[in-house]
Amino acid sequence: MCLEQYIIFTTYNNHVDVFSKIICMMFLYVHFSGARMVLLPRAPLASRCYSHSKVETDEEFDARWVTYFSKPDIDAWELKKGMNTLIGYDLVPEPKIVDSALRACRRLNDLASAIRILEAVKDKSGPHKDIYPYLIQELKPTLTELGISTPEELGMDKL
Amino acid sequence: MLHLKLGRVGCLLTRRAMVALTDSGARLSTHGHHEVSDQLDMSQPIYSDRPDTPLPDRPWKDVLDATDKSLKQKEKGPWSALSKEEKIALYRLKFNHTYPEMKRPSQEWKTVIGGMFFVFGFTGLVVFWQGLYVYPPQPPTFGEDWQAKQVQRMLDMRINPIEGFSAKWDYEKKQWK
Repeated sequence: MCLEQYIIFTTYNNHVDVFSKIICMMFLYVHFSGARMVLLPRAPLASRCYSHSKVETDEEFDARWVTYFSKPDIDAWELKKGMNTLIGYDLVPEPKIVDSALRACRRLNDLASAIRILEAVKDKSGPHKDIYPYLIQELKPTLTELGISTPEELGMDKL
Repeated sequence: MLHLKLGRVGCLLTRRAMVALTDSGARLSTHGHHEVSDQLDMSQPIYSDRPDTPLPDRPWKDVLDATDKSLKQKEKGPWSALSKEEKIALYRLKFNHTYPEMKRPSQEWKTVIGGMFFVFGFTGLVVFWQGLYVYPPQPPTFGEDWQAKQVQRMLDMRINPIEGFSAKWDYEKKQWK
């Protein structure tokens, strides 16, 4: 638990200075050194209460986002807002959404953002190493058509 | 808070913390006007390298020289006409760190754990000093003689003779079982 807390702590506290981290780590250590870890009660899946509003299906979600990026006169702000929002979701975007976003980059003459988007979706895959190659495979025609190089081709996937 | 901490010098911990601090946070890049102070102008869009925000509010390099401008012009044409170096240059104009660079591991954990141990050690010293200079003298009941007499008294009183204290004493052989 201690290690998880530390990882979460450091990830989301980029701007917290080191001293606060030391003090808080010690609090965590003292808290857990009692070795009395109570499992958080979790509601069983069956009794979860959903609201009664209509739930959007995956296809509707995808279509909505493809439409968003397909706007012919999309501006830089809208692209930025869309991508940042999309990356904020707990999912890896479908290839068609990424394709739509890459084409939006083309309309905005922004190659750097296109490469950044590819990096971002790779990062979203997290430990699932097979998602990104699949994404690239699906996007290959678009990448060649628009002339977008992947971060790997540019050697930017290494430190 | 940041500047307060940076002002302190002397301690190894602070120096290591300074190194850790300067790695994180939003940085100023080449900006149009000359900044009088080191402070970030919070009224302007700020650049940040964050994995959860792929496209920051402004590009990394705002002020473009002639070569950058011509590269930007070339970007308006087909991207397959760009060489790899040009593509990398375009990326570096807009962004500071790549994802692997922004997610590179820092050595900060060593500072944190080291700092923790240092504080534990210091606390240990404080506790030790306390034992010497703060605690009152030990009561006489802690002494060897007193304890021996106390044990004998307990045995004479047959304290817990069935399963406890006196049950462990062999009254015939006058020794512990």
